[in-house]
Parts: sequence; structure tokens; C-alpha cells
Amino acid sequence: MDPFLFLESLTLAETEWARVLLLRDYNTRIVLCGTMILGVASGVVGALMLLRKRALVADVASHAALPGIGAAYLIMEAIRPDSGRWLPGLLLGATVSASCGLLFAQGMRHIRRIKEDAALAITLSLFFGMGVVLLTWIQSLPTGHAAGLNEFIFGKAAALLASDITGIAIAAVIAVSVVALLRKEFCLLCFDAEYAHAGGWPVTGLDLLLTALVIVITVVGMQSVGLLLVVALMVLPPTAARFWTDRFDPLVWFSGGFGGAAAALGVLLSALVPKFAAGAVIVLSGTFLFALSFLFGSQRGLWWRYRAMSAAQRQIAIDDLLRACYEILEPQLGSIEELTEKPLTQAALLETHRWSPKRLRPLLHRAELADLLRRDSQGNWRLTADGRRAAIQAVRYHRLCELYLIHYADVPLLGADRTADAFEHSLRPEILEQLEAMLEAQSPRFSVPANPHAATETVARTPRPEAVS
Amino acid sequence: MNVFWSDWSAIDTWIVITAALAAMACALPGTFLLLRRESLMGDALSHATLPGMVLAFLVLNAATQAGWLTPAGMTAWRHPALFVGAAISGVLCGLLAELLQRWGRMEPSAALGVVFTSLFALGLLLIRTWADQAHIDPGCVLYGNLEMVIADPFGQSGIPRAVVINGAMLAVNATLLLLFYKEIKLCTFDRDLARSLGIPADRVHLMLLAMTGATVVAAFESVGSILVIAMLVAPPATALLLSDRLGGVLIGALIVAVVTAFGGHLAALALPVMLHRWAGAAEASSVSTAGMMAVVAGGLFLTTWFLSPRYGLLRQRLDQARLRRRILSEDILGVLYRLEELRPAAVPGADNASLAATLSVAPWRLWRALSRLTQRGWIVAGGQGVILTPEGRKAARDLVRSHRLWESYLAKHFVIPDRRLHTLAEAAEHFVGPKIQEALAEELEQPVRDPHGATIPPSTAS
Repeated sequence: MDPFLFLESLTLAETEWARVLLLRDYNTRIVLCGTMILGVASGVVGALMLLRKRALVADVASHAALPGIGAAYLIMEAIRPDSGRWLPGLLLGATVSASCGLLFAQGMRHIRRIKEDAALAITLSLFFGMGVVLLTWIQSLPTGHAAGLNEFIFGKAAALLASDITGIAIAAVIAVSVVALLRKEFCLLCFDAEYAHAGGWPVTGLDLLLTALVIVITVVGMQSVGLLLVVALMVLPPTAARFWTDRFDPLVWFSGGFGGAAAALGVLLSALVPKFAAGAVIVLSGTFLFALSFLFGSQRGLWWRYRAMSAAQRQIAIDDLLRACYEILEPQLGSIEELTEKPLTQAALLETHRWSPKRLRPLLHRAELADLLRRDSQGNWRLTADGRRAAIQAVRYHRLCELYLIHYADVPLLGADRTADAFEHSLRPEILEQLEAMLEAQSPRFSVPANPHAATETVARTPRPEAVS
Repeated sequence: MNVFWSDWSAIDTWIVITAALAAMACALPGTFLLLRRESLMGDALSHATLPGMVLAFLVLNAATQAGWLTPAGMTAWRHPALFVGAAISGVLCGLLAELLQRWGRMEPSAALGVVFTSLFALGLLLIRTWADQAHIDPGCVLYGNLEMVIADPFGQSGIPRAVVINGAMLAVNATLLLLFYKEIKLCTFDRDLARSLGIPADRVHLMLLAMTGATVVAAFESVGSILVIAMLVAPPATALLLSDRLGGVLIGALIVAVVTAFGGHLAALALPVMLHRWAGAAEASSVSTAGMMAVVAGGLFLTTWFLSPRYGLLRQRLDQARLRRRILSEDILGVLYRLEELRPAAVPGADNASLAATLSVAPWRLWRALSRLTQRGWIVAGGQGVILTPEGRKAARDLVRSHRLWESYLAKHFVIPDRRLHTLAEAAEHFVGPKIQEALAEELEQPVRDPHGATIPPSTAS
């Protein structure tokens, strides 16, 4: 397609936009309604499957439904010719064979060697193979045309009929109300199946019920929107919702909402842009929502995590800088008050901490902005009052950690410095208090413990302090 | 069967060879997918390669329209370009899933599901929007055109192109495996150990992923995605039930793959004829060979699951039945011994009814156990029904000794109510051999009486 034509089709006359967005079009209304209901229901059920760590069961169910469709067609043709495409019969066949497939996969769990993913994959290939054999056979029959059966695989979202909606709505209402009624039980099942079992809940029964819900949604969805879309609608919304919340109820309803939103977005886009197949666009809308959540989701979104991590890294760098300042000045100090009076050269800083000049400069700049360091008239650096306090604290934490490591974790003296570097920044206050109490026996200079490396002999001679209760 | 053999032609031979080569090529990376618990990767890749193929096609088309490629050149470049495009998007799928797992802390199957559904939808959208004329028939990708391999020979030779491609892929896979066998093995079973030994685990993983992607893509075109999905998982899983060593599993998977290809084609030829002849079904010209091979692969797995000498269902059931029989026999001996001990003056032995009631077993089980014991010469008819022979008494004393020693041991070391002691010892007595007996007796300083006051019989060995 010519890109200009494409752009043109996007900038349609305003009336066209209004017509689609205000749902004046009967067909759009039907499709929107059907896919949204399906999206909500599959989002809700998919959330449970995600928490149960069986996100791809829907994929297996949808493939395993295929031989049932073929078999149902053949049986119905055998009973009465030309009745093979009677929909309820096909749906029944699909349901039966999907159920067989998932039960088969569950049965394979008893083989110790075969893990769950392999059981699912074997089921998928076996049933799908049977389905392909049956469908190709039907196609080659003189009386049979598999036309219409293929729709089960690729879907026809854009050609939904009002009668399809009834089926979808019934399935969706059943699924959502079962989840709402058995909320507590499903929650227990998803988070601690063994505890639920020990508590006397029928875990196997609940699992079967959940599987049945998946099958119902899959079969209904396959027939209306295609195999792939229904799988996507069960996987994408819950994974997206997972980035927004850590609680069960919000997750389930968020997921339903995302499913509905993806369907709506996809249908509207495909109505606006000709040639956009509704099924694919709905999935891609779901992908878009997922990507958005993955990056900006309030709970585990990448962006927030990145922000938090870089803030922590900045804080650590500043702490290290101040500690370096203290350690440079330490030999010259008479009293702790002199800390602010002695000048520091950049060369000395570079030497102490193996910073590159390129890294040190912005670091010093940030410390200056935070009013921790200042430049004196000779161009040397000096600690401010705030800087002194922060430096004392940083050194104190570091040495407490080092002493703890040397005395209690039997870390050799040389390794203690590096090991302490790794975790001194993430200690909680109560642990620091305990460390302080533990090391009180040593009378510290300036309320900062002495550098264990400078005073190796004294530390070695000090009796090992008793552990703090 | 003669009917099928008489119809067998060079075409059939080539079909089986192609399928066997593709299946073997898939079985090698499939083994590692199985061990890494990523078996659904096959299904994911079969969907995820679509956008790559469509994009490659679009690029070729654009190049032709711009005049950089002649139409003849385009035909020549078509296959390699589609191959590269598909392989790239397959590897991309694996990498994206890995990335979502790491950065989003997602569960592996969910991450895979997100990626492959999205990529497939993207591919569909591209087809419908820009490549309507692309002749990429989704059905063809699905079922493959295994039946038509002969129609597409490689150069001037009579060998089908698919045979050459899949054979080359098999050779590449086998070479890579042989070269990096140790590294791949280590990374599969213990990634952290591999990393600490300085093996670049991430790079090995990437190599496996690329290997899988390329193999799968090479096989798709000739045998269809359904067969690839099946061949990635079913032969390795079958072999895993038969062997405990990685080398054994790999070789087993290769053999199973060949058997599957042959059996699948045979079944595809035979099934329509059989159904027509015996079930009166309508005559059908053919069924999908690839689909049939997938079914045969699943069937082979199921058969192995039933019959495998070590992990088979049948073997498990037989072992359980044997154990149950042994326990029942020993229980009968125990009951007879205790009766003798309890009433030394009375007529010894017990009849079937009272034994069945005491042990609460079905009469036929009891009858079978009694006849086995009689055969071994441990009991004979006599007294009130059956009585112990001297041989049988020795075995019974051994068992009762185990029982009472175990009770004493539990009573000494654990706080267990007295009436529970008997139940626990009842279960354990069958598994306390002479060595443990000796150790228990030593630990308890050669006890004479158990906690209930009954005499612990002396060791039969002494």
C-alpha cells in the first residue's frame, strides 16, 4: 500500500471519525460489544491463570479443540448430510476435545521426568496433529468443504453477528460470576495451593473449575475472534495488570479492564483504518497496553525502578565521596571539629578512591549543590557543617560494618573493606543500633570507630565482644 | 500391508527422508529446550517467525520495484531472504522473552506468551495491510507441503531442496553440539556453576537460541509448523523416559525422530484406506502427512510412557503390586508367629477367615498370598488351618524382631504415644533389613523386651 494513501486514510474527513467514534455504525457497535465482553471475561480468567503459573494453558486448550471440531463435523455429516456446520455441535466437539487435552496434560504430571511445560507441549502437538489430520481429511472428502472450519483458527472478529454476542455474553457472565463468587478460594489456590490443600479446600476441584472456565472462554472466543486472539487476550491483560498492583482483587479487575480496553481500542482503530484486520489490531492494542505497563506501571514499571535505582546509586556515590574526604583528613585531625577546616585537593581524592576525573567532577559538583562541600579561595575543597555530619555518618556505618564482618563473619581484614562497601548502604537503622551497642566496648574516637586497618594490632588484641542478644 | 508397499514410490522415500532429517535436526535443540523447561518455545517460534518472513518479503518487493533486483533475481533471493527474516524474528522472540523475564520479573511462560502473540499479530497485520499479494498462505505454514518436496529439486540433481536444507541444518547442529558439548551440558544443568567456571553462559544460551531458531525455520517450510512443534518436544521427551544420560537422550531422540517420520508417513498412507475399508468411511484421497507424524510422535511417547523399563506406568504398577504382595505375605507370617507366641499351648495355626479378618484383605488376595507362601515352603496346611514350617518361623521371627526393635527405637528417641508405636512399626518393619536390625540392636544395647513388654526374638543370623 502506498504510504501516502495510508496517511490519507488516517486523515479521513471528520464525519468519518465521528461516525466511528460515536458508534453510529451498527456493525462496529456489534463487534465492539462482542470483543469487549470477551476481553473483560478473558482478562479476568487469564489473571487467575497467570497467578497459577499456567499462562499458556489457553494456548494449549485452543489447539486441543481442533480435533473435536473436525470429529464433530464428521459425526454430524454421518448422521445427516449437510448438517456438519451446525455451530452448537461444533462448539460441543471443541469443548469436549479441549477438556480431553487438558485432562491428558494433567495426567502426565504423574510422570516424574516430564515437567509441566513438556506435558503441555506434547499435548498441544498430539491434539493439534490429530486436528490437522482430521481437517485435511475432511477437505479431501468429496462431500466436504472445510470452509468455515478454518475460521476457528484465524477468526473473523470483524464479521461478528448479533447472535454470536449472545453466546459470548453468556460465557462471559458465567466466567466472571464464578470468579466473583469463589474469590477467596481462587485467591488461596493461586497463592498457596499446598496450604489450601492442607486446609481442606478441594484444590483439584478448583483447578478443574478454573480449567473449565478457560476452556469455555477459549472455545467461545475461538469461534468468534480466532485462536490467536483469544490466547493473546488471556495472556496480555493480566501480565500488563501485574505491573500496576500487588493485590489480588485489583489485579483481577484491572486485568478485565485492560482486556476490555484493548478490545475497544483495536476495534475502533480497525474501523477507522481500512485493511486493519480487527483481530490483529486488538492483539497489538493489548501489546501496546502491556508495553505501557511494563515501562510505567506503578508497582514494578521499569521506569520507576530505574529512577529508584539511579537515585540510590547517586546517594551511594555521594556517601563514598564524603567517606573518602574523611579518610583523607583523618590522620591530620586533632578533634572532630577540625574536619571542616582542613582543605582537600582533587588529586588526593582521585588517589583514594580510584575515581576517574570524569566521574569525580560531576560528583563534586552534585555535592556542592547539595551544600555538602564548598570550594575555598585557593580552589581546594572543604566540608561544610552538613557535609561533616554526613561524612561522619558514612564513615561510621562503613566501619561498623567492617568491624562486624571481621569479628562475626570471619571475613579477613583485607576483604572486609570491599565487602562492607557492598552492603553498608542498605542496612536498616535497627541493625545499625545493634552494631553500635555491640561495639561500644571499644571507646571510639570522635564517636567514629577507629579504622580497623590503621589499628590492626589493637583490634587483634581486643577480646571478641559478646554477641548482642 | 501389501497394499501400501505396492504403492510405495520414490516420492514416498523422499518424503520420509525429508521428514526424518527435519525431525532429527529439531530433536537436537529440542532436547535442550526440554531440559531447560522451555518446551513451548516451538509453538511460540512457529508463530513468532511470521513478521520476519513478511518483512523480508516486503523488503524484497521494494527492492524489485526500485529496480535493484531483477524479477529473476528476486525469485533466486526469495528463499534465503525469507529464511533470514524468519530466523531473525525467531531469535528476537527468544531474546525479548528473556528480557521481559529479567527486567519485568515475569514468569517464563507468561513472558513467552506475551511476545509470541504480539509478534504473530504484527505479522498478520503486515500481511493484511501491505502484503496481500505475498502468497504467504498461513495454512501452508501450518501444514507444510511435505507431499510436494519432490517438486522442488536442488539445482540440477534429483535431490529435493528440502532434503539438502534440513540435512545441512542437522549437520550444523550436530557439529556445534560435538564442539561445545561440555559447555552446553554444563549451562543446561547448572548455569551458576558454568558461570563461576568462566563459561559465558549467556552466549551459550544465545547460541542455542540461534540454533533452535534456524533449525525451526529451515524445517517450517518443508514440513510445516505442526510437525516442528511436535518434533521439538516429543522425541526428546520419549528418549528422556528411556535414558538417564544426556548422550543417551540425544541419541535416543534421533532414533525416535526417524521412527516417527517413517511410521507417520506409513500411517498417513494407511489410515484413509483402512477407514474406507473397515469403517465404511467415505473414500478420501489423503490426510496430512505432517499431522500424522505429529500424532505418531505423541503415540510413541504414550507407548513409551506405558512400557518404559524404568519410568513406565506398567513398571510402576508392577512394582507396587509386587511390594503389596510381599507386605501381605510378611504380615501373614507375623500373625501366625504372634499367635504361636500368645497361645503356646493351643492348637497352632489360623484359618483363612480369621486371617482375612485380622489383616482386612480381600479373600482372593489372601488366597494368592497363602498359596505363594506354601510354594516357598514357609507354611503348610495343618492345625487350625495353616501353620508355620521351621523355615517360615525363621522368616517370621526376623520380621517380628524388626518390628519390635523399631518400636523400641522410636520409644527411646521420640515422644510418641504408645498406641501409635505399633502402627508406625507396622509400616517400617518390611523395610528393616539385617544391617539396620544390627545397628538398631547395638544402639539400644541388645534389648530383650519392647516397650509393650513383649520379648524381642533373637537374631536369626546368630
